[in-house]
Amino acid sequence: MNAVLPKIRFRDPQVEMAHGAGGKASRRLVEGLFAPLLFGDSTEPLGDAAHLDFNGTPIAFTADSFVVKPLRFPGGSIGELAVNGTVNDLAVSGARAQALVVTYILEAGLPSEILEAEVRAMAKAAACASVVIAGGDTKVVEHGKADSMYITTAGIGRPIPGINIAAASVRPGDKVLLSGSIGDHGITILLARGELELEADELCSDTRPVLPLIEAMARVAAPGIRWMRDPTRGGVATSLNELARDCGLGVMLWEDSIPVRDVVRGACELLGLDPLHIANEGQFLAVIAPEYADAALQALRESPGGSEAVIIGEMREEPSGTLLGANGYGGVRAIDMLVGDPLPRIC
Amino acid sequence: MKFVDEFRDAAVITKARDEIRRLADPGRQYRFMEVCGGHTHAIYRFGLKDLLPPNIELVHGPGCPVCVLPMGRIDDGLSMARDPNVIFCAFGDMMRVPGAHGSPLEHKARGMDVRIVYSPSDALNLARKNPDRHVMFFAIGFETTAPSTALVLMRAKALGIQNFSVFSNHVTIIPAIRAILDSPDMRIDAFIGPGHVSTVIGCRPYEWIASNEGRPIVVTGFEPADILQSIVMLLHQIRGREAKVENQYTRVVPWEGNHAALKAMAEVFELRPYFEWRGMGFISQSALRIRDSYAQWDAERRFQTPGVRVTDPKAAQCGEVLKGVLRPAQCKLFGKECTPEMPVGALMVSSEGSCAAYYNYEHRKHSVLTTIGAAARAATNRAATDRAATVRERA
Amino acid sequence: MCLAIPAKVIELFPGERNRAMVEVTGVRRHIDIGLLEDDPPVTGDWVLVHVGFAMSKISEEQALDQLNTLMILGENEAALEEVQGYGLGDTT
Repeated sequence: MNAVLPKIRFRDPQVEMAHGAGGKASRRLVEGLFAPLLFGDSTEPLGDAAHLDFNGTPIAFTADSFVVKPLRFPGGSIGELAVNGTVNDLAVSGARAQALVVTYILEAGLPSEILEAEVRAMAKAAACASVVIAGGDTKVVEHGKADSMYITTAGIGRPIPGINIAAASVRPGDKVLLSGSIGDHGITILLARGELELEADELCSDTRPVLPLIEAMARVAAPGIRWMRDPTRGGVATSLNELARDCGLGVMLWEDSIPVRDVVRGACELLGLDPLHIANEGQFLAVIAPEYADAALQALRESPGGSEAVIIGEMREEPSGTLLGANGYGGVRAIDMLVGDPLPRIC
Repeated sequence: MKFVDEFRDAAVITKARDEIRRLADPGRQYRFMEVCGGHTHAIYRFGLKDLLPPNIELVHGPGCPVCVLPMGRIDDGLSMARDPNVIFCAFGDMMRVPGAHGSPLEHKARGMDVRIVYSPSDALNLARKNPDRHVMFFAIGFETTAPSTALVLMRAKALGIQNFSVFSNHVTIIPAIRAILDSPDMRIDAFIGPGHVSTVIGCRPYEWIASNEGRPIVVTGFEPADILQSIVMLLHQIRGREAKVENQYTRVVPWEGNHAALKAMAEVFELRPYFEWRGMGFISQSALRIRDSYAQWDAERRFQTPGVRVTDPKAAQCGEVLKGVLRPAQCKLFGKECTPEMPVGALMVSSEGSCAAYYNYEHRKHSVLTTIGAAARAATNRAATDRAATVRERA
Repeated sequence: MCLAIPAKVIELFPGERNRAMVEVTGVRRHIDIGLLEDDPPVTGDWVLVHVGFAMSKISEEQALDQLNTLMILGENEAALEEVQGYGLGDTT
């Protein structure tokens, strides 16, 4: 089923922080400005990576940039995010990353030991993800201009045999699978910034390469994998709203089945945030044909790091383009995309 | 989470739901207003409307302190922070509220020092840590929040902290309820009373609603079981032809209120003769300003502000929605010119405003949902059992 | 105005009678207990926290009472009367 996507226009007078938050404003920018001017007349929904063909050789290609404050946080740092983020973008597009190139934009005055720590972190993360860092570039900008450092990684890889991802192939009745607990990364960062004066001992970012899990799943369920995404900025809610919109179907989540660590839940309740809107850096969503769903789930649970995987919902015919959440006592709510960054509230 | 999960338990909620269905007279319509924006948010977040019989309608009241703040006040607050020496602090709820020249977040993007704080204490701490800067705290909220602002001002005075001020936009709940009841188009049968405001003011201030206006009012907590139990209690009163104030939220709300909180408020604040409520016009004795004894910490006195009244477009029907005369979707601008991303009127700017809540949680649901209930419950139970099994395996 | 969360007092500070450390499922924060000066909480008490201030102590007894009331709803008429009686003027 092909959804006809409404034309989106970018009319905002200036760039705002919301445009980078991964929600509706970001979508407006990408689909209303970049896509029509840069991507030609393609009506294909935008995915996590581009799948290109070079005279019969299929290649997957993507890029991502990393802007995070603070640079180091429990569970990782910008260096690891920069490697894992791009490896994961390729993985959820159905490709195995082979090589990355890295660009650094460094702020003058950045202590060398901090830079070295990040470079080491990247090297380690690349080895862990079995990916080569093949080259890169560096620029230095004036003090005050780069929040210490910004990193971009571009990644190239080969499609995993047997996987064919397309929103258009999603059908009512397909199951929605989640690889594990949500909200860890976003809440870790929020707490690490120190502005809200919250502390939590056992919380750290979930950054990790998800490729091994996806490959485990593909080994038993490749023909049934319809769609995948890594729910980074904007969280699970944003990714699933994008899915619903791209395929024109409805998504029904069983909210009580969604794994959230107690500490993440506590922070979210305290601040009035919804875990479904919080960024993750080591999880993925997959839509699987029903006849393959149990096998896919089993394969994940038996893999290292996949024990928390769970089926959290399913695709429905109606309401079209909408993500719904059902709780355990018959209440249903529509779950919208994020407007901008998730903001704590007191009301 | 203790004191939370028990009140979200499916078995408990199902009992309350069934009791509501048993008590509601199928021959009549019930219109219950929940005053407080937090209740509006909870009702939508937990899908509680799906649990009620069709003849019980929940009408959303004006208890959203962000929504009722006139745009001009936001502009006043932002104008204070034009001086680069000033740090503008506010709760997250305020950050996306548009002023005439943009929201606080938009001003931040243009270089103003705007910071989100979780507590007014954090704003005072910021002042202590930045003695060369002036920290201005944009205070909003009903009586739930005003005592905290008051205590912080008392601490600032006691510690002699000079580089700190508060722009008070605190409002009080009783005049708002009075304005609802005075409205000629109003058809509310009973009230789901504010729970957290009542931890401060207690339950006595609502007595006139029962005795003079003949409307039952139940002071209510914010979990699904609380709200449903409150509806049970309202139905009982209506059945028994009673009208009285009851406290459903006894685990937290003292009938007499919080004396220390009321004392702090009285020490620091006094009532303004009148104050403009967005969508409702001027209401007398409905807002708090800082007393002369705390003038040094009163941002309204320390800064010159434009004080311009900015009126909402005539087409925006916020007032009628606020009073429960119109439902959000009945406003001509709803979902078209006025959305949470580009709010025109008061009730879209905050996520707990009735229009925003309705837009975010409800309006894209269709009647197909009636078939979802049983299947979703079954699936939820299956998935929860699955997950419990996984957790046990891991442990 | 309304977002307030139950949290457990895990630490008090002898030199600072207005400060306490509370915890909600592993998340900790300093809060101000000045609004409870008439009946300050002790370690182990649960309090309702709003914008970094304790607004009220939470009565476990009342909470259990309420849950019991809800669970016996619909079982018999006596239970219904208890619901009505329960709401009247309890001044904890």
